[in-house]
Amino acid sequence: MRPFAYQRATDPSSAVQALAAAAPANDPLTVAAIQPLAGGTTLVDLMKLDVMRPSTLVDINPLAGMWSAIDAGGGNLRLGALARMSDVAANPDVQRNYPVVADSLKLAASPQLRNMATLGGNVLQRTRCTYFRDVSFSNCNKRIPGSGCAALDGANRSHAVLGTSEQCIATYPGDFAQALIALDAAVEITGKSGVRSLPFDQLHKQPGNSPQIETILAPGELISAFRIPGQWPRSVYLKARDRQSYEFALASAAVALDVQDGIVRDARVALGGVATVPWRAREAEALLKGRKFDENLASRAAEAAFAGGKPRRHNAFKIALGQRVVARALHQAAAMEV
Amino acid sequence: MTDNTDSPTTSEFDRRSFILMAGAAGTAMVPLTARAAGTPAEAAAAPDASAPVNVTLRVNGASQSISIDPRTTLLDALREHIGLTGSKKGCDHGQCGACTVLIDGRRVVSCLTLALAAEGQQILTIEGLAKNGKLHPMQQAFIDQDAFQCGYCTPGQIVSAVACVTEGHANSDDNIREYMSGNICRCAAYPNIVAAVKQAAPAILSDQQKG
Repeated sequence: MRPFAYQRATDPSSAVQALAAAAPANDPLTVAAIQPLAGGTTLVDLMKLDVMRPSTLVDINPLAGMWSAIDAGGGNLRLGALARMSDVAANPDVQRNYPVVADSLKLAASPQLRNMATLGGNVLQRTRCTYFRDVSFSNCNKRIPGSGCAALDGANRSHAVLGTSEQCIATYPGDFAQALIALDAAVEITGKSGVRSLPFDQLHKQPGNSPQIETILAPGELISAFRIPGQWPRSVYLKARDRQSYEFALASAAVALDVQDGIVRDARVALGGVATVPWRAREAEALLKGRKFDENLASRAAEAAFAGGKPRRHNAFKIALGQRVVARALHQAAAMEV
Repeated sequence: MTDNTDSPTTSEFDRRSFILMAGAAGTAMVPLTARAAGTPAEAAAAPDASAPVNVTLRVNGASQSISIDPRTTLLDALREHIGLTGSKKGCDHGQCGACTVLIDGRRVVSCLTLALAAEGQQILTIEGLAKNGKLHPMQQAFIDQDAFQCGYCTPGQIVSAVACVTEGHANSDDNIREYMSGNICRCAAYPNIVAAVKQAAPAILSDQQKG
């Protein structure tokens, strides 16, 4: 690991001041010299691998007193960005009214990592692409812009089929973000000039020609909270993976339904493990809405979700697997007693 | 260099503590920079970021004052600076659980925890489980159920298992398997580990209720 200076933030304003210091505005946040330290489960790991090389860490854990509340009052949900994954997963209000949120967190990582990792850090988790994580590979546009992508013709079984470009096919690895994007969450961002809020589906950027840019966050900005409007008791997070626990998704689905008298009034479908960013399957949702829910409808929606899928040599199975995961998640949600 | 006089692990003069003392003597002349921990966040980056900083950790009820490179993980601080070698370094990337310790009662992987960030918190390692010369019920259960072969993952398994019980997740075999999945055992002693967690759970929960 390279040397770094360790600083401890005392309040949000000192944290964003420290993070913005000496950072060129056009620098991608992922390579910023000053990085925030929350749970550290991604950052410290990638620093050990020499993938991330900050010269200063600003420990924002002291802000947890202000930024870790779980507020389910008033029929909406507000989650502080420094809430730990395990605490949110275990919250009775979240479990009852937002099972897709609770399960997306519970099925991620291990108990130890969930005790450490924060919600804000979790949505910014970096890809598990081997060619990104292993610096001995010289071709990775995410790590070294312009160097190429070793995954395009490499071992790409775990890579994305949606939202890819010729520059990058790295999979977005998280689970919780799929629940957020499905439920129309907003992300609250604290910066030097105050707090701004924007739809969560605008936070991440597809790789396009700049895979090193992963979010719209500017230097000095920190995610401070997430807000989910309404309640979604009929919701499911289903995750298919190589082993039953403690593994990243090969394909996952976050599904939420509002069904009345057998008719789908509203439907939300998001996909994990198959796309370069948290992925909202709006084509599938459009197909479901206003129709009577049955097996055939679920299958057609699942097909629609992957209509734009672009498989590579080793990951074509993800399209069939992903479709089955979506269809099964829809069935499970429709069958829930709420 | 440490004031853990109540810890038999490091008060004995063994090979490990000799190496530790020799190492400390060798670096004693390095001037310490201003202590980074606790300084306001707006302070500029120190010119020599890897200069040692002083930190006091609270481990198994005792205060441990050490001087460390800011890059030092809690795991390395425990093993290399404090002499508590029970917590094991397996993958060193948060994937195997061999380094599991409790911080303020919650299980974490110490290999991805920076020692500086753990200042002011209560750290419990495998060495802190036994009380008054008597093994913790989970340690005894691992022996009774033959829940290990090579033993390398065992300290992490046991610390993790204690938390699994106190979190309320030891209520079925499936839940024990799910909530112990962060601890890998390459000898695959898994069925015996499940049996050990089940054996120890009632005693731990009863202790927990007594407070």
